[in-house]
Amino acid sequence: MTTLAQTPDEATTAATWTAVCPLDALVPERGAAALLENPDGAPVQVALFRLLDDEVRAVQQLDPYSGANVMSRGIVGTRGGEPTVAAPVYKQVFALRSGDCLESGGKTPLPGHGAHLATFPVEVRDGVVHVALG
Amino acid sequence: MSSEPPTTTARHLVVVGGGMVAQRFVEAMRARDTAGAWHVSVFAEEPRKPYDRVGLTRYFEVRDPEELTLGDPALWDDPLVTLHRDCKIESIDREAKTVTDRLGRVHHYDELVLATGSNAAMPPIPGNDLPGVYVYRTIDDVAALRGWVEAKREANKVETRRGVVEKPIRGAVIGGGLLGLEAAGALKALGAQATVIEFGTHLMGVQIDLGGGEALKRLINDKGISVRAQTATKEMKPHRRTGHVGRLDFADGGRLDVDVVVVATGVRPRDELARAAGLEVGERGGAVVDLSCRTEDPHVWAIGEVACIEGRCIGLVAPGNTMAEVVVDRLLGGEATFPGADTATKLKLSGVDVASFGDAHGRTEDAVELVWADPLAGVYKKLVMSDDARTLLGGVFVGDAAPYASLRPMLGAELPGDPAAFLLPEGGGAGAPAIELPDDAAVCSCNNVSAGAIRAAVTDHECTDVAGVKACTKAGTTCGACLPLVTKITKTELERAGVEISTALCEHFALSRAQLFDAVRVAELHTFSEIIARFGVVPEGAADPGRGCDICKPVVASILASLGNGHILAGEQATLQDTNDHMLANMQKDGTYSVVPRMPGGEVTPEGLIAVGQVAKDFGLYTKITGGQRIDMFGARVEQLPEIWRRLVDAGFESGHAYGKSLRTVKSCVGSTWCRYGVQDSVGMAVELELRYRGLRSPHKLKLGVSGCARECAEARGKDVGVIATDKGWNVYVGGNGGQTPKHAQLLAEDLSSAELLRAIDRFLMLYIRTADRLQRTAPWVEEYEGGLEAIREVILEDSLGICADLDAAMAKHVEAYEDEWKAVLEDPAKLARFGSFVNAPSTPDPDLAYVPERGQKRPATRDEIAAGAIDPALVGPVLVSGPTLEVRS
Ligand SMILES: Cc1cc2nc3c(=O)[nH]c(=O)nc-3n(C[C@H](O)[C@H](O)[C@H](O)COP(=O)(O)OP(=O)(O)OC[C@H]3O[C@@H](n4cnc5c(N)ncnc54)[C@H](O)[C@@H]3O)c2cc1C
Ligand code: SF4
Repeated sequence: MTTLAQTPDEATTAATWTAVCPLDALVPERGAAALLENPDGAPVQVALFRLLDDEVRAVQQLDPYSGANVMSRGIVGTRGGEPTVAAPVYKQVFALRSGDCLESGGKTPLPGHGAHLATFPVEVRDGVVHVALG
Repeated sequence: MSSEPPTTTARHLVVVGGGMVAQRFVEAMRARDTAGAWHVSVFAEEPRKPYDRVGLTRYFEVRDPEELTLGDPALWDDPLVTLHRDCKIESIDREAKTVTDRLGRVHHYDELVLATGSNAAMPPIPGNDLPGVYVYRTIDDVAALRGWVEAKREANKVETRRGVVEKPIRGAVIGGGLLGLEAAGALKALGAQATVIEFGTHLMGVQIDLGGGEALKRLINDKGISVRAQTATKEMKPHRRTGHVGRLDFADGGRLDVDVVVVATGVRPRDELARAAGLEVGERGGAVVDLSCRTEDPHVWAIGEVACIEGRCIGLVAPGNTMAEVVVDRLLGGEATFPGADTATKLKLSGVDVASFGDAHGRTEDAVELVWADPLAGVYKKLVMSDDARTLLGGVFVGDAAPYASLRPMLGAELPGDPAAFLLPEGGGAGAPAIELPDDAAVCSCNNVSAGAIRAAVTDHECTDVAGVKACTKAGTTCGACLPLVTKITKTELERAGVEISTALCEHFALSRAQLFDAVRVAELHTFSEIIARFGVVPEGAADPGRGCDICKPVVASILASLGNGHILAGEQATLQDTNDHMLANMQKDGTYSVVPRMPGGEVTPEGLIAVGQVAKDFGLYTKITGGQRIDMFGARVEQLPEIWRRLVDAGFESGHAYGKSLRTVKSCVGSTWCRYGVQDSVGMAVELELRYRGLRSPHKLKLGVSGCARECAEARGKDVGVIATDKGWNVYVGGNGGQTPKHAQLLAEDLSSAELLRAIDRFLMLYIRTADRLQRTAPWVEEYEGGLEAIREVILEDSLGICADLDAAMAKHVEAYEDEWKAVLEDPAKLARFGSFVNAPSTPDPDLAYVPERGQKRPATRDEIAAGAIDPALVGPVLVSGPTLEVRS
């Protein structure tokens, strides 16, 4: 089992873990979208990224600058060694671990959206990717 | 009858003549008269706005007077400016301060500016009024000349047993000066033969000495133009049957049969108004003015070629522009005076480099001349220096004008180091010391831009490239001779200002795209991991260069694709692709994609149209015809793409690469197969080109066009490569584009056979792919290529770098290896698996997609429409039962 994101104790206290897919369903250095449900039943779209060393990260699928559900389709890379994803529509660059927007390209997010991406804790248990929601 | 200017507070300034200098005058006045003190009325005899007379010869290439427009056309919409076209002024009444136009209308002026320019001189040779004898001064002149030559060509076609043969058109140009040589080049371009008749001892006698003239003659002969020096024309004789000009008789008894004659023996200032108004005129004509450009009448000024200043009229645009600025300054209360004329000149005849400046004939007392000549190569270079061989007094360059741009501004200054170094081959590059121009050195004489102004454009106006500096200062926008120097100063200044002109791609690669391309090609690397390990930058304190980013990954993807590394979604390459290339479709604003099947040359069968329509209907897609003559279907969800493409591939379509930085389309007109004007099969050629270059990855998207005749219905000159049919073959133009900064493509080569055409385009595209910057389209690439279009022409037509075999092989490899990207995806389950909407629900549509109907189709709902619940759920389109993981056929 690989432990990632926040320490499990901290993350698991308030969250529900959902099994999403086998790790092998994710292509290294490309994203994939997952359609999940919050504990309250509302749908959530999450973008999953598997890095070269099998570290898996999850951020919101909604691109706050275009309003489209596309973050999983951005290019994965690094900035100063930190893993990043570039939004495919207007090319903002986000840190995958923190969700912080590193380069806004002079754009502001759409009304009602923050500049950064929400992140979700991820664990890979027995080859299955789990995401914590809530 | 009288007309008054529309504003009452402004004083009325009348300009007679609507030529180049008048244009500059009005521009300068409107730029500087911020208080609106003057209303300017311009009376132009010609029926059009002032145009670029210096670029007149371009008319043969562009055939559209609009192309010769000068400056910003909005100038003429200014409420303080009135332009009266086709409105010659007939007389001046200095007492009453009025002018009378050809319609008899009288206009009052407060101040009057004469800018009537010159007429082409017509020497009193008997027969000079015969049909077929032309001068070369206005758009109407060149349009008539072209019409005559084309009509003669038609008439010279004779039916023989072997088909239609065209007798050559014999052209003669009387006058071997700058203008005459330009006219001779134009005759050649029109498909006529050309002989230049020069009265003096050698060509361009005003500008260059005998030695230069000899070298020039050799170069001119190489262009297929004959030269007869020391020849006086005695008479022009009519053809017995047609009465058109048919023969020239020379004083030495020689004769020349001709079909057309262009007379370019000089110009006469149009001082008739000044004479009639009793103003003083010079010995050889021209309204006499003082150094403030004022005539003896304090309210009458003269500028441009009509002004006789310092005892002479000057037939160049730069001094005229200076005079315009002087008068504007004076009218606004300034004290400017004419600083003396810069008479530097450069011949604008493609492939013949001639330039001279300063005291080219070495007439200064005790001047010393340094000459470097290579008669075999047709090169002659001379510097005229002061007696101590230090101060530069003038120069002549024939066959290699490269040193001209940097030396001309040094006129009257001391040259650093040994002046001979500037004359050695390679344009004074290698051995010559670098010249640091003083701020007040004039770099662009046409627009009077100093080195200091160019530096200020970078330091004060934050221009970061040559294009910006050109737009900001106008330097290099008229005759273009100074562009190399403008580029050099701009680059030096950018470096000095610490503006990062590092060509590094991004934090991961210190190389430029062109350097990386060569590195990858030479090292024969095939994966991103290898490339970044080998050429990536390891930041300080880090162990490895990282994993690339959205800048370098698509660049590497494009390089690998251009070098032929299999399918773009194969293995690690897939991780480099931008979302469009990754999904082989174009992402739209709501995250869905548009789908464009290839329709080569814009040709499509009725069955094909029906198939496309049926697919769009079945998947609920919005359809639109693109500018590239094909059909775009919008609103396709990721998980629908494979099924849509399965249907399209089955109907015989293939990927249109609308998503790639690659060849998009080859637009064509219907051409000779249907059109009554067409001279070649433009659709056939477009199809051939599109099938040849389909899938070719490049630094930016590529668009081509093919027109079936000079009417240019395919708008090919707005494309990266434009092909226009001629009755002898194809003309090819390069470096055009539409978009934000539209550019017309420039002529690369003429009258090519189909095979020659393919070869020229093959090499042009490959050279571009190898050497352009990331996201640099062909237009700026051509502009920034060292040596410009001329150098590119030498590389691809004359193989000056010896790389043509390599370029040809690379293109052959591309053509050979082409496969349809979509067909390959449909045959490969691993690639198909990428097209699921969600990793845990691959065939579920994105639940947030929302559409509303519009004009019978769907469009994405706005945020307000979604909030108001105005959306139609049915418009999202059908949900697949099978999901994107289609069964794979073999
Ligand atoms: C083919 C060609 C190539 C050239 N190349 C170069 C070059 O490379 N470098 C260079 O420096 N110069 C070049 N020149 C010269 C340059 O074009 C002229 O120096 C420049 O145009 C002079 O400007 P101007 O306004 O004084 O006169 P013009 O541009 O001739 O304008 C005068 C205008 O006034 C009009 N006019 C005259 N009388 C009246 C009247 N009574 N009422 C109303 N309108 C009137 C005329 O019709 C004309 O349109 C070239 C010229 C030609 C023809
Ligand atoms: S460019 Fe010529 S051949 Fe083509 S459609 Fe127009 S007129 Fe016809």
